[in-house]
Amino acid sequence: MGNVGKSVTRIDAFDKVTGRAKYTDDLCDKSALVIKIVHSTIAHGHVKKVDIAEAEAVPGVVKVFTCFDVPDIPFPTAGHPWSTEESHQDTADRKLLNAHVRYHGDEVAAVVAENEVAAAQAVRLVKVDYEELPFVLDPQEAMKEGAPQIQEDFPGNVLKHTSINNGNYEEAIKEPGLICVDKWYDTATVQHCHIENHIVFAQGENGRLVITSSTQIPHIVRRTVGQALGMPWGKIRIIKPYIGGGFGNKQDTLYEPLAAWVSQQLGGRLVKLDCTREETFVSNRVRHAIRSHIVSWLRPDGTFVARKLEAFSDQGAYASHGHSIVAKGMGCFPQMYPCPNIQADAYTVYTNKAVSGAMRGYGIPQAMFAVESHTDDICKALNMDPEGFRRKNIMPVGFKDGFSKNENYYDSFGQCADKAMAYMDYRNKYEAYKNQTGPIRKGIGLSYFWYNTGVWPISLEHSSCRMVMNQDGSMQLQVAETEIGQGADTAYAQMGADAVGIKDYRDVHVVSSQDTDVTPFGLGAYASRQTYVCGFSIRQTGEILKNKILAYAHELTRMPVDTLDVVDSNIVRKTDSRVLMPLSELCTEAFYSLSHSEHLTAESTYQIKSNAYSFGCCIAEVEVDIPLCKAQVTKIINVHDCGSLINPALAEAQVHGGMSMGIGYGMSEQLLFDPKTGKALNDNLLDYKLSTFMDHPHLEAQFVENAEPTSPYGTKALGEPPACPVAPAIRNAILNATGVAIDKLPLNPHVLFERFSEEGLINDPWREVKAHV
Amino acid sequence: MKDQFRLIEFNLNGKDVAKMVDCRASLTDMLRDDYRMTSVKKGCEVGECGACNVIIDGECYNSCIYLAVWAKGKKIRTLESLLGPNGELSDIQQAFIDETAVQCGFCTPGFIMTAIEILETGKEYSDDELRKQLSGHLCRCTGYENILRAVKKTMYKRLGKPMPTAT
Repeated sequence: MGNVGKSVTRIDAFDKVTGRAKYTDDLCDKSALVIKIVHSTIAHGHVKKVDIAEAEAVPGVVKVFTCFDVPDIPFPTAGHPWSTEESHQDTADRKLLNAHVRYHGDEVAAVVAENEVAAAQAVRLVKVDYEELPFVLDPQEAMKEGAPQIQEDFPGNVLKHTSINNGNYEEAIKEPGLICVDKWYDTATVQHCHIENHIVFAQGENGRLVITSSTQIPHIVRRTVGQALGMPWGKIRIIKPYIGGGFGNKQDTLYEPLAAWVSQQLGGRLVKLDCTREETFVSNRVRHAIRSHIVSWLRPDGTFVARKLEAFSDQGAYASHGHSIVAKGMGCFPQMYPCPNIQADAYTVYTNKAVSGAMRGYGIPQAMFAVESHTDDICKALNMDPEGFRRKNIMPVGFKDGFSKNENYYDSFGQCADKAMAYMDYRNKYEAYKNQTGPIRKGIGLSYFWYNTGVWPISLEHSSCRMVMNQDGSMQLQVAETEIGQGADTAYAQMGADAVGIKDYRDVHVVSSQDTDVTPFGLGAYASRQTYVCGFSIRQTGEILKNKILAYAHELTRMPVDTLDVVDSNIVRKTDSRVLMPLSELCTEAFYSLSHSEHLTAESTYQIKSNAYSFGCCIAEVEVDIPLCKAQVTKIINVHDCGSLINPALAEAQVHGGMSMGIGYGMSEQLLFDPKTGKALNDNLLDYKLSTFMDHPHLEAQFVENAEPTSPYGTKALGEPPACPVAPAIRNAILNATGVAIDKLPLNPHVLFERFSEEGLINDPWREVKAHV
Repeated sequence: MKDQFRLIEFNLNGKDVAKMVDCRASLTDMLRDDYRMTSVKKGCEVGECGACNVIIDGECYNSCIYLAVWAKGKKIRTLESLLGPNGELSDIQQAFIDETAVQCGFCTPGFIMTAIEILETGKEYSDDELRKQLSGHLCRCTGYENILRAVKKTMYKRLGKPMPTAT
């Protein structure tokens, strides 16, 4: 007992610090043929002809497949559970290779060669003739009449439009004396930048296809490969080894179907597709850039009367996760600051750009930038204190969402803010920094965030668990929820040990590698769901196993089952706490008994029909060099209420990583596209500025631990939330420092220069000239 | 074809070895493919991320932009060399475990090798200096926070000094 709640060492740490942990490429036999993709060099058009003669003549080239060779089967890629209702299924809008290319980087052909050099040479020799079409890179431009048509089935380029209408916005705004704050907010396209690029290898085995992939969602990929190839799903086996980060990019079907199909065409030969960093940036997935328009109507006392939101989400060329991302962002809008009259519209719009998919926070970092920047803009308009305004208007304790049935059980917002403010000395600094002059100014900013745990009731939530005892009283534990670096396996071992009564979590051997032939069926790493959902199945399966152990103990001890328990790996008589026998002795007897031999195992599925709010905040302090148009984060804290911590050290580490990603999102990250060609301009880790060791100060992570009542272990979401509040906190700190509201990410010198010169903080001598061009 | 391969002799993790290598191969390719050094990771293959970092004649290099043939006559050290004779972890590896500096683990080996280079100078560095020296590595999981703690803790341990408490 008592493994949960302790900062125990990760179970995979030794193998990782010795370089021994096996990732996808480490497992691929060196005999593998190499697949390299020929990507589109135009943003939009039709492939007329592909000349592969020269490419196929390169020594070592085995075969070149083109968009005219692949099956005519459109398939979806989103890492969502399958829906048995057709209307809820993901949009199937791409093929393995595409003759209608829809972005600069689309897949046109695939070269297969004996080695990488031959494959790369051949890729350069494939000649593609295109009929070029006009392209569009901005979602609102794409919605205009006469805009280029990107997907045949979606006239007007709108993948989906959904609305929320509560109360009566139009009537409510007629109230006299209201103050209106009306603003637009823009977030940038960013990429996940996990250090291991996506990689997959595939080969045939007894008439089936075995695919080893760096993925967060092995069981979902099995289904999507089946769909893409028109194969029965059982004929496909997916193996997921350790993966070098995912952050949502690998919560999508990437090149698994293509690799599988190529292997199939070559009689099941072993083929490998290893993305370059440049391909990862452009031809995997990116975070949706979302433009939000928020109009708030308030009484002078700071009470919301009516609010309107319009959000335009840049989908890029294919649907991937599509509308669910901006819909999640819109979903939190009426909840976070409840208001009787809400009118919200979210549009997901195809453009001729890199495909947007899931990324840590799933629409919430974008929504928080808009909503929490807007909150400070309201405070500026009303001359109110941002902290006090938030407390007055934030979702109250006892709030219950009608759709998800989520309930706000605690004052998490207030408690988290209290901790953060104490650490930062927020109140004093906020006042002191209000009216500064001079070239170097300091500022402090606050942002709350809204999050929830898992995907119920939008989609299926369940977890399956298998436990198998060993002779020595240790246990194998399997769940389908995947380790992607966050430390999930260690949390499962801790929960599993406590569920069964095993003394030490190191006696719970989590089978880390996922294998759809071996692992129980499940969904995967997304929606900050795993520790929460596994809690249910681990507790339930642990109970079943424990009952089997105790029934066996009854045979050996003749004591009634209900007087027995498993405590610290011993069979204990509860009535006098006497240790009757070690669990190991019982297990050995059960394995080898000549009278009653039994393999002690248990397996069960728990379907979860609840969700849990997970809230917190960030406070950031900045120093702004006005002449240089440069802001620097000098001090920062995130405080989270993710319920009871399963492993405080791992939780803290998780928050650090999210804060770092949030600082990058706020300060520097942006994938740029050439407006003339649609080509990505900075698709590498040198020109794309993710946070380095030099780019942030100490990252302070603190927690408020209000046990989540719906979870057997009191836990709820922590994976994604840390990345959600950081950018708006920094933005609000710059507002505090300079009085300038910057409504566009990232807050880099280019953007600050523009805004500071607009506001007259600096003098851009070319400003007037530019205005006349 | 005959010019494409060359025999090179070098020292890998304390052992003299010889290999016919493709002149076009990077040191990363050779260490991974020919010697199965799985600690040498590929994150970008153009010297941006630091995941493939190894020590060559006492100095850290991104092995992805170092040709295998250049290893001729050199002493190459990878993470695999750090385990002691009885399989014991080095102090810096243990510190990465103790300080929760490991998450997905993909950048970890490269970071540890740079840490070794830093620690073997025997000098005391400020936080800012450590950050700068470690900044050739990218990590998306940890925010670098616990990595700094692990390196700093090991540095003070090796120097025989108490670690200052304030960060």
